[in-house]
Amino acid sequence: MNDTLFPEVGIATVQVLERLGHDVEFPEAQTCCGQVHLNTGYQDAAADLARRFVRVFADEEIVVAPSASCVATVREFYPYLAEQVDDSALAREVEAIVPRVVELTEFLVRHGGVTDIGARFTARVTYHPTCHSLRGLRLGDAPLALLRAVDGLDLVELPGADECCGFGGTFAVKNAETSSAILDSKIENIVATGAEVVAAVDRSCLTQIGGGLSRMGSTIRTLHVAEILAAAQ
Amino acid sequence: MKSGFPQAAHVALRDTQLRRNLALATTTIRGRRATVTGERPDWEELRAAGAAIKRRVLRHLDRHLLQFEAAVQQAGGTVHWARDAREANEIVVALVRRTGALEVVKVKSLTTDEIGMNDALAAAGVRAIETDLAELICQLAGEKPSHILVPAIHKNRVEIRDLFRRELGIPDLTDEPAELAGAARVYLRERFLDASVAISGANFAVAETGSVCVVESEGNGRFCTTLPNTLITIVGIEKLVPTLDDLEVFLQLLPRSSTGERMNPYTSLWTGVAPGDGPQEFHVVLLDNGRTNVLADEVGRQTLACIRCSACLNVCPVYERTGGHAYGSVYPGPIGAILTPQLVGTAEAGSLPFASSLCGACGEVCPVKIDIPQVLVHLRGRATRERASGGVGERAAMAVAARTLGSERRFRWARRLGRLVQRPFVTDGKIERLPGGLSGWTSTRDLPAVPARSFRDWWRSR
Repeated sequence: MNDTLFPEVGIATVQVLERLGHDVEFPEAQTCCGQVHLNTGYQDAAADLARRFVRVFADEEIVVAPSASCVATVREFYPYLAEQVDDSALAREVEAIVPRVVELTEFLVRHGGVTDIGARFTARVTYHPTCHSLRGLRLGDAPLALLRAVDGLDLVELPGADECCGFGGTFAVKNAETSSAILDSKIENIVATGAEVVAAVDRSCLTQIGGGLSRMGSTIRTLHVAEILAAAQ
Repeated sequence: MKSGFPQAAHVALRDTQLRRNLALATTTIRGRRATVTGERPDWEELRAAGAAIKRRVLRHLDRHLLQFEAAVQQAGGTVHWARDAREANEIVVALVRRTGALEVVKVKSLTTDEIGMNDALAAAGVRAIETDLAELICQLAGEKPSHILVPAIHKNRVEIRDLFRRELGIPDLTDEPAELAGAARVYLRERFLDASVAISGANFAVAETGSVCVVESEGNGRFCTTLPNTLITIVGIEKLVPTLDDLEVFLQLLPRSSTGERMNPYTSLWTGVAPGDGPQEFHVVLLDNGRTNVLADEVGRQTLACIRCSACLNVCPVYERTGGHAYGSVYPGPIGAILTPQLVGTAEAGSLPFASSLCGACGEVCPVKIDIPQVLVHLRGRATRERASGGVGERAAMAVAARTLGSERRFRWARRLGRLVQRPFVTDGKIERLPGGLSGWTSTRDLPAVPARSFRDWWRSR
């Protein structure tokens, strides 16, 4: 999704990691972790993509993804998936790779121990903790710590922050009306903050939020945290 | 596949009064729960204990059930076994007929709703009277409950006043809560004094002693379990706990999770028959009705640990918007979305596991640590496999997507194709309208167009 629709997120991620002196590789054989197939009920297809994932990244030291929901899929659901399709080889490979798959802000703060990476971004920003980052990966305030350290950034608290934006992958299409009703509350809360930018660590949720903001003609922008961290304006 | 959740939600979402009632009620209970669970330093340990006890019971359910049966008999009660709803209703109807009663009073019970017992009794000429205030409101309105714990959560007090004026014949009733409760009280007291048979469910059944436990707020349940001569209790086989000591854990977990109270006002516990005191005839109907099938599924079986607290409903963003009726099931909300399809099958309830954004709030509050998101995903797999979800279009799209994502070369080509296909839909770099299955997205949200350069294009050009 970031590769195809939001290349700027991937670019920002590379820039941030390289600024901190990491050696970044992008194995071009990678495609998708299979989350959409898994969550829509297509477990065999999801298992195929899981097999591809563990093969493509098998030799990497650490796999950093700028998406909490993709990391949560690998961490929480790959073991389940391997068991469901009764693939013990996959189960072993999953066990080996899971500790090495981390979300970007988790990598920066928890593994790298940095919060200030020298970014400068002048705007009033509110942060939406996505469900997978909050309840799945339990990132806590790692993303917030990074944002607070950004020079020029005015961080405003989002009311009802821990509530879902209503995206949920194919849920947003299968149950479009309910999804939109949930989004309404999220947007109401975002608008109430007076922020110019809403940031998150999942571009998928930001597509939902941004799609709703765009439809109502709002000027509030949606940005992945990586994009803000890469900024040095 | 019968008409599913999205169609029912369509109706519910348009009811603005319903949405206001729900938002207010769920937000209030949510806050109360957070306060009383947060004040317990050992809340996580209590959850872990509850989860462990329930899982142990399920592992040895056969043994506990036989032990429970023997203990009930020992205490002077009779135990009946019902494979399904039909058998359970036949047993209950026969027992009521034997007493000659034409009216029975009922303790609030989801299990009796699950088997459609009121209808079965009505067909046999017996009128079942709900005595829980909210259940009574639903019964008088001819509606089904919409919440596990607060069955009339979809109604506000003005709506209830109008209902009571009409159904109880009190034309000058106001919408003062105390006055509404008073009207129900007068009506119900007469029913309690007349009744010779009561029917209840059970929150817990203790294998060691044969005791049954009902937890409630109003005390009306206690009238039912003490005044009539005959008491019939329907118990889902998953409601067993091994010993009385185990209740210590659940009687702390349940009120804090459900009503947000430290302790519920009435906890009734009875064991068999006490000569000269309370019901002199006591029957237990042990109900399977699909539960052993749930038990057979290694991932799905954790669902049977549920103690029906409804904390998952109150934190669910979907439930808060649609209410309980949209689920078309006695068990609504996240727990209903995983329990109902397992009890009745995916052909009947295949859309329910999809009625969730998988936000995870439900799993986080569950007092017995049911991993609801995991079971939802698990059941989505089953529904799709059993062709109870996903039309021809979705299956084709998913197959094409899987094949495309299976090769880097095809993935690159698909992106180029996407750039071509999107052309007629793109204005100012965004898509405002899409056809077919994707129109649901664009009915309320824009979508960014696929940009000229992908990340991997950038990566290669470095």
